[in-house]
Amino acid sequence: MTGYLPRAHADHPPFRYADYRSTRKRSPHHAPVKIIQTLSEITGPGEAQAEIGEEDADLTTNAGTGSPAIGERIIVVGEVLDENGAPVPDTLIEVWQANSCGRYVHWRENQFPAPLDPNFVGVGQFRTGANGGYRFLTIKPGPYPWGNHPNAWRPAHIHFSLQGPSLGSRLVTQMYFEGDPLLALDPIFNSAPAHSRDRMVARYAHDVTEENFALGWRFDLVLRGRMSLPFETEE
Amino acid sequence: MAGEHIRIEGQVFDGDGRFVEDALIEIWQANAAGRYRHRADQRLEAALEKGFVGFGQAETDFDTGLFWFETIKPGRVPDPEGEWQAPHLNVVVQARGTLQPYFTRMYFGDEEAANQHDLILQMVPAARRATLVAAKAGGKYRFDIRLQGEDETVFFDF
Repeated sequence: MTGYLPRAHADHPPFRYADYRSTRKRSPHHAPVKIIQTLSEITGPGEAQAEIGEEDADLTTNAGTGSPAIGERIIVVGEVLDENGAPVPDTLIEVWQANSCGRYVHWRENQFPAPLDPNFVGVGQFRTGANGGYRFLTIKPGPYPWGNHPNAWRPAHIHFSLQGPSLGSRLVTQMYFEGDPLLALDPIFNSAPAHSRDRMVARYAHDVTEENFALGWRFDLVLRGRMSLPFETEE
Repeated sequence: MAGEHIRIEGQVFDGDGRFVEDALIEIWQANAAGRYRHRADQRLEAALEKGFVGFGQAETDFDTGLFWFETIKPGRVPDPEGEWQAPHLNVVVQARGTLQPYFTRMYFGDEEAANQHDLILQMVPAARRATLVAAKAGGKYRFDIRLQGEDETVFFDF
């Protein structure tokens, strides 16, 4: 049985980041209790989820209406690696996002009077290949206002959710776009430490851009890595 | 499906005691024989069961804050010292305002003897252990998760 490297706390946001208002009453006061890794921690739902998950990697048409979504079409590619640089193959990635106007398809979203696009749902899922690579097609999401502080706007972003190989590799994050002036003003982006927050920023990738079709962006993700030595077990 | 069919219900509360209406709760568990469906669990003495994955997701209800799962009570899985862990669900909690996943476990209130010797529970300060134990009443288990404040649920770092 091989365990995982300790969680890289210094690279992640704290539980409480006062500028992001919703963290204030939802962050524990106690420090997390340190436990050892047992079979429960080194297993996880990722493998099973990847087996049953359907692929759906084209958000420009997966509304199923027969008409394409409106907005700037983009190709997003990347690799899922672990902290040791090893690819994480066959893992399910779920993404969700606002439409090109910054509007989510969600029954609770009634604050922002931007148009809905009947041809855009904003949800996709797909697996990494044998080399950890993934690719999907979507519409570049728009920024949208939120109630965190006066004149607050979320920078354009795509939500990513991965289970990864074990319980502790669970990652829910957001992909931002290089050069967005709203990043400097966004408390969610800035809740991550200064040295690591650029890991959430996708880079324009001209080699991914397809002529007369769509611009390309590259976004890699890094999950927890295994310890190099097995730890002792009852076996 | 082999094993005891169970229902779990609960709410997630914030530091003001208000229920969280937008939480996502995930559970990961062994089957009734105590086997995880995962390549890191190759124990042949505990068999996998066709059709049982051991993973579930539930949202809290916007109007009541309630979440629920119907599942199989998990069997016992070994700890690294070769002893048996008490039956438990591994639980991950996320919501608006959670900047990282909150990892916890749910133990069963009717497994008192097993809980007393569980290696992970022993690592939790005694006064806080009760936050991880779901009481059984009316045929179902109640597991409330308190993100902050009095009786704050124990979250793990591993």
